[in-house]
Amino acid sequence: MSRFVSWMQAPCRQRVSTAWLFIAPFMTIFVLFTAIPAVLALIYSFTDIGVADIRHPLDVDFVSFQTFARVLTNPGFLKSIWTTALFVVIGVPLTMIIGLALAIGLNNGITKLRATYRAAFFLPVITNIVAAAVIWQYAFTLSGPVNSILASIGTAGPNWLGDPRMAMPTVIMLAVWRNVGTCMVLFLAGLQAIPVDVYEAAKIDGASAWRRFTAMTLPLLKPATLLVTVLMTVSFMNIFDEPYLLTKGGPLSSTKSVALWVYEQFGQGNIAPAMAGSYVMLAIVVVLGVLQLRLLRAR
Amino acid sequence: MDKPHPVVTAVLYGLLTLGALIALLPFAWVLFGAFKTQAEIMSAPGAWLPQNFGNVSNFIALFAERMFGRYMLNSLIVSSATVVTNVLFATMAGYALAKLEFPGHKLVFACVLTAMMVPYIALFVPQFFIIVQMGLVNTLTAIVLPMAVMPIGVFIMRQFADSVPTELLEAARIDGAGEFAIFFKIFLPLVGPAMATVAIITFLNSWNYFLWPLIVAQNQDTYTLPVGLAVASQGAKSTDYGLLLAGAIVVLLPVLILFLFLQKYFVQGIAGTGIK
Repeated sequence: MSRFVSWMQAPCRQRVSTAWLFIAPFMTIFVLFTAIPAVLALIYSFTDIGVADIRHPLDVDFVSFQTFARVLTNPGFLKSIWTTALFVVIGVPLTMIIGLALAIGLNNGITKLRATYRAAFFLPVITNIVAAAVIWQYAFTLSGPVNSILASIGTAGPNWLGDPRMAMPTVIMLAVWRNVGTCMVLFLAGLQAIPVDVYEAAKIDGASAWRRFTAMTLPLLKPATLLVTVLMTVSFMNIFDEPYLLTKGGPLSSTKSVALWVYEQFGQGNIAPAMAGSYVMLAIVVVLGVLQLRLLRAR
Repeated sequence: MDKPHPVVTAVLYGLLTLGALIALLPFAWVLFGAFKTQAEIMSAPGAWLPQNFGNVSNFIALFAERMFGRYMLNSLIVSSATVVTNVLFATMAGYALAKLEFPGHKLVFACVLTAMMVPYIALFVPQFFIIVQMGLVNTLTAIVLPMAVMPIGVFIMRQFADSVPTELLEAARIDGAGEFAIFFKIFLPLVGPAMATVAIITFLNSWNYFLWPLIVAQNQDTYTLPVGLAVASQGAKSTDYGLLLAGAIVVLLPVLILFLFLQKYFVQGIAGTGIK
């Protein structure tokens, strides 16, 4: 057969087969553990699958939209959507503003010790979440280190993780602490891409520091901001580790995110509601992601 | 640029130092707390320093009374296996995507992006079904398999491979080198730093991975360190903070040591792609 293929084509064919061989491991894992699960989750959302069916996953009944209807009218699920929205609305801007402030401070304000500060702010990013949560639980106990610091300046600290009103801020603090470093590094990369002479010109023209920030830095930082916004939104919408480890979603479900709700349903054997819930979540993530891209691109 | 006013600079240094102290405070708590006895923590919960830094009873208890030795071994096995498969397979895939034109390469790249974006919470239940069907529940293989080629590594390698001059590869091709020889002898030596970045990011991810091992590791023999620590922190002795903080140090230390020496690659890995 190869006799009939011209000598020019042979290496090209070899290149294509090599390429397929090289991407085969990735594609195998992708199909097995991303594509098939994504499709399965959607299919099972329309069934009554329970924990007893795990070993015989083909032996289930289709119930059309009943599972979705049950999930969307479930008060626990609706509350978890509200809680997740709170995580996003408070956590994302807080993390981004602190990250941006740190990046600007490091890039434009100081000349010495830059690497040291950057390392200090970045360290929480690589910290294991279970270890961080253990530290948080210890630090925020009623008479623990945090409240003893507060006592030394004359205020009585609250029962951080036991009070339904304080649990949410405490969980958010952990999430912000862990994510600020990522924002800072990405904003720093964005700031370093802005040419210095742009600022020189504006300065000569007499633009104030605030004006330079709002009229130049922010618009020029748009690609970085877009990336950070999408990343942080997705990260806070999927928030699981922090509330699971700190509060198990309590007290009084005040910190139960959608991801945690889905995990709990799975744990109780309610497989179909878990999958339907996760698909509602997926839909919200996709819609919000597309919206953010549109909004930030258009402006 | 002309220099800002010295007072402004001083205030800025002050604020940054305060911020850094807040960021580092939890590390001080864990370091001091791990050497405290349970009695110390109960009687003086607000004290900063332990009475005796030589008190390593918490660490001894982790390995003697709990199975942290086993967890650590499991974590090391899982992480090394994941690093090896990811570096190898991501380099291959990244090279193919950037340098070998083949039909369907756009579709494959779309798969990479999709895999990076899909919320994990929508996948773990069916993933568990598949692992059950494969008969792999409660094995270390089950922990490694879904992250054997993470999309993030493929993405990083593709970016780096893109910057390798195509002429170099073409020249070798004209000289009659086979595709494998080009990959191993010409391409690989050029992407060492990228492979280091992928190795670091993979190690970080697999060492810290929590939800998936929590689901598939169902008894102590297959727990990784984070799972073991989480179970300990929610078990009967969940207020034995000295022990738990010592456990936290055991989990944190390997990554902190790596970070100390290879900071550049950590930051590059996250700045270059924007995804943990």
